[in-house]
Amino acid sequence: MSKFAKKKDGDLPAVSTASLPDIVFMLLFFFMTVTTMKDSSLFVENVLPNADQIKKLEKKDRVIYIYAGKPTQEYAKTFGEEPKIQLNDKFANVSEVGSYVLAERATKPQELQNVLTTALKVDKNASMGIVMDIKQELRKVNALKVNYTTYEGNAFNNIQ
Amino acid sequence: MADIAFLLLIFFLVTTTIETDAGLDRMLPPIEPPDTDVVIKQKNIFTVSINKSGQLLVEEELMNLENLRDAAIAFLDNGGAPAGSPEYCNYCQGKRDASSSDNPQKAIISLKNDRETAYKTYITVQNELVGAYNDLRNRESRRLYNRDFTDMESEYLNPETPSSVRDELKEKVQRIQELFPQKLSEAETSKI
Repeated sequence: MSKFAKKKDGDLPAVSTASLPDIVFMLLFFFMTVTTMKDSSLFVENVLPNADQIKKLEKKDRVIYIYAGKPTQEYAKTFGEEPKIQLNDKFANVSEVGSYVLAERATKPQELQNVLTTALKVDKNASMGIVMDIKQELRKVNALKVNYTTYEGNAFNNIQ
Repeated sequence: MADIAFLLLIFFLVTTTIETDAGLDRMLPPIEPPDTDVVIKQKNIFTVSINKSGQLLVEEELMNLENLRDAAIAFLDNGGAPAGSPEYCNYCQGKRDASSSDNPQKAIISLKNDRETAYKTYITVQNELVGAYNDLRNRESRRLYNRDFTDMESEYLNPETPSSVRDELKEKVQRIQELFPQKLSEAETSKI
């Protein structure tokens, strides 16, 4: 009888936390593999349009990013509501796009300099004027491969 | 141990983003005009204009965006050159209308837009036109190799694909690209 008498009612054994590091490490490795470092914080609104005929941009070291869109609320007071271009961590004029692309190209290894893609991340509510200007600048510096970065989704959702 | 791991985990959560980098690949035209003037027959050009409120003018007629892809496919796949001529397109399944494009190699889509056009409309139009090319390429690819072109191309472009497989795919991808070359011209913006 004494065997059963020892047990007290409602006393649950503590959950072992010995496997907690394993679980956390698993999560850590998951995030390390599926994410990449942020390289610049955005000053512009950047909701990309949807498209479904898209190709993945392989190899991040071959991509130059150009952002464009309306300045976000905190910058709208100083920079206005008109769509602006963002290069790296600052706003830029259209005329600076060419030199930026050339400077970025110069930092890449020699063998990659001819296979660079320029990814245009443009807000879906921006007008084409700013995109045309960027494209014209890119043509001037012979950076002809562009990628209009989009989200994956039905393209007709854009125009509703 | 768990504390250190948590610290690292939180660091990575804060400093990284999940990548969303995919999009429509396009080539811009070089800035120097070609030395020789190329004469292109009017019937081989498919003009698409977008105005500032996002309406489409396709071959001088108003069109809904939903119908653009079918219209582009009909134009590209027309194969209007008469049978027996060197330009005859033996794989086209279109109407063979003599007043539309001769063959897919000759067919050019010209896209014009206004400065005020919304970027989202432009992307939708681009998407539909690329979609038209992809649909036709998929059709030919399924006929020749029993496999979708888009599927082959993404495997070919994936850097993880072994090079032996890639060499084999390269030939097939190029063959299909020759059957339906993507000729999408973007003239400088004008006031429409």
